[in-house]
Amino acid sequence: MTDLHSWMIWPDNTALSVLTLLLIAMIGLYAARTPMHGLIRATGHAFAGPLRLGARWLFATAAGMKERNRAVLLAQGRREVGQRIEREFERVGIQVTRDLQGYPVLQRKLLEVITRIEEDYKKCGEVPPPPPDWVEAVAAVAQIKTGGGEVVQKILDEIRESVERIHDKAIAEYRRAYEERHDILEGSQPFWRSIDKTLKQVDRKMTGLQESADTIDAQMKKYRQIAAKTDEAESILSNSAFTQFNIAVIVLTVALGGAFVNFKLIALPMSEMVGAGDYITASLRTSEVAALVIILVEASMGLFLMESLRITHLFPRIATLNERTRRRMIWISLMLLVTLAGIEAALALMRDMLIADKQALLQSLAATQHAANDGWIAGIPTAGQMILGFILPFALAFVAVPLESFLYSARTVGGSLLVDLVRALAFVLRVLANLARHLSRVLLHMYDLLIVLPLLGELMVRSLRSGESPVKVKARAVDSPGKL
Amino acid sequence: MIKRAFLASLLVVGLTVAVAGCVDSRSQAHAVYMLVDTSGTYAREAGKARLIINYLLGTLQSGDSLAVARVQNRSFSEKDIIAKAMFDARPSQANAQKRAFREKMDAFLRTVSGSAYTDITGGLIQGAEFLNETGAGKKTILIFSDMQEELDKITIRDFPISLKNIRVIAVNVTKLGTDNIDPRRYLGRLDAWQKRVEGAGASEWKVINDIERLDAIFSKS
Repeated sequence: MTDLHSWMIWPDNTALSVLTLLLIAMIGLYAARTPMHGLIRATGHAFAGPLRLGARWLFATAAGMKERNRAVLLAQGRREVGQRIEREFERVGIQVTRDLQGYPVLQRKLLEVITRIEEDYKKCGEVPPPPPDWVEAVAAVAQIKTGGGEVVQKILDEIRESVERIHDKAIAEYRRAYEERHDILEGSQPFWRSIDKTLKQVDRKMTGLQESADTIDAQMKKYRQIAAKTDEAESILSNSAFTQFNIAVIVLTVALGGAFVNFKLIALPMSEMVGAGDYITASLRTSEVAALVIILVEASMGLFLMESLRITHLFPRIATLNERTRRRMIWISLMLLVTLAGIEAALALMRDMLIADKQALLQSLAATQHAANDGWIAGIPTAGQMILGFILPFALAFVAVPLESFLYSARTVGGSLLVDLVRALAFVLRVLANLARHLSRVLLHMYDLLIVLPLLGELMVRSLRSGESPVKVKARAVDSPGKL
Repeated sequence: MIKRAFLASLLVVGLTVAVAGCVDSRSQAHAVYMLVDTSGTYAREAGKARLIINYLLGTLQSGDSLAVARVQNRSFSEKDIIAKAMFDARPSQANAQKRAFREKMDAFLRTVSGSAYTDITGGLIQGAEFLNETGAGKKTILIFSDMQEELDKITIRDFPISLKNIRVIAVNVTKLGTDNIDPRRYLGRLDAWQKRVEGAGASEWKVINDIERLDAIFSKS
């Protein structure tokens, strides 16, 4: 009890003791006001300064990273578009070579047909022979007056008959000539059709070329934008990278599912090859690792195959191989892949046999009746497993395509996310710096609040000395705490 | 360069397998030594012993070891081991070994005859020796007995034994006629064995009387 009241100046009067102590503390605090303010301000700066510095550095780093990401993105985009343009030119080249190769033949054919048509046209243009001169004679004879003479009449009748006969003959001659011309025209119909067909072919090829040219134009426009480093190009490339990344992740997840099925298919039979009792870690069997390695080797072979086929471009060295070596590599990769697929099919069969053997053993140990053999139906899972075992390595080979997309787009996506992360961190540091700064100000005001009575006294004294109103002096003090 | 990449891939595969081969695989193996009491009336429980052995054969994997020994007048002898096998790393061979093991056990259990005395301690010492020799990471002794030890006058077993890092599981501990009169005898017998086994350094002591709960043999209590 004595100890509890030992701080009291007047043990019998607690209120007075507390008041006296408060006054003493207030005076002490007032005396220490300037160094305390300095301490609080310095502490605030000590925290806020490095935080602000860190935030500034992080913002600068983020800006640098963003610039680097932009450069990488544009370089990637330029390379991709360049490859596409190259590919389009290659395609146009093949098209032009293929089509122009046939143009001399086509031209000759056209000329021949045109010549033939011209000849036919000329033939059609031949006029039948004009009526003979006797027509005039007939006209003259027609003007002869009979005079009722029988002889003259007879002569005229004979002339008429002769003229009619000759007329019929001439008419027949005309008709034959026109029939011949119709036949010629009819015969030239296929040539017209041939010309029409040939010209349509030419038109189609020209349209194809036009489309390719349009594609090249579009790609060139994109290429120019990328080369000019426009924001639009960056935005398009960035969006494209995010889309590619998402698609690649989905496809890779599906491929991982396939790889898992593949793993399950060969892990058990691998124990027959490398032993089931060997462990690498407490729960990881050697046979499982071996199965995993086989799957990875298959994926690698698929990667090499895709690379050699120039479907993917992960290894520049393979892309620059000469044609002969590249073909050799295609065959080697394909052969290895087929061999591995064959091994997997055999392993799948072995798995089925092992499971059947184990099942038979367990049944014999359980002393129960053997399950009835389902005949050919029982063979379906075995066949299915073997087919799966053979197909899955080839399916896994195509993982190279989404993998390439993933790797290329991951740089952009990862870089972008990292920039955001650094920025967020910088923001947090800046907030903390501001918090530290404002906290020191709050502490200054709180300190002044504790010594409000001596401060008021000082205010009054200063006001009296300077002749200014206490309000003005106080306003100055509020603006700069600690500098009353 | 590409050929080198191929060779490097093959080398990696080879090294992986080689390194894997170097790892001590015995530490993951399980070795089980089963003592089958053939003394007196307990010999009639042989049918249940067959069930347990079959369960063990169905559960143990490649690389694991199993030995079955009988408990009779004096059991500290290799001659009492009826069948033993370390299952081959290849599952197909392991299955063949299991079939052979089962046949051997069937033949023994068909002709089993009762012995006058029951030397469980001798069997435990023999079992511990066998299990330590296997080098397995998990070692278990199954005692298929009523746990009533009966020794002749010249057999000495009252000395400390070592069962360090070995799990000891008593299976099908049947009650004797006297246990039914005073159950404290049965409980006292089990307590005494527990103290002795744990005193010998065993990692676990367990009693499984329900044959339907044999999965508890491999599960930690």
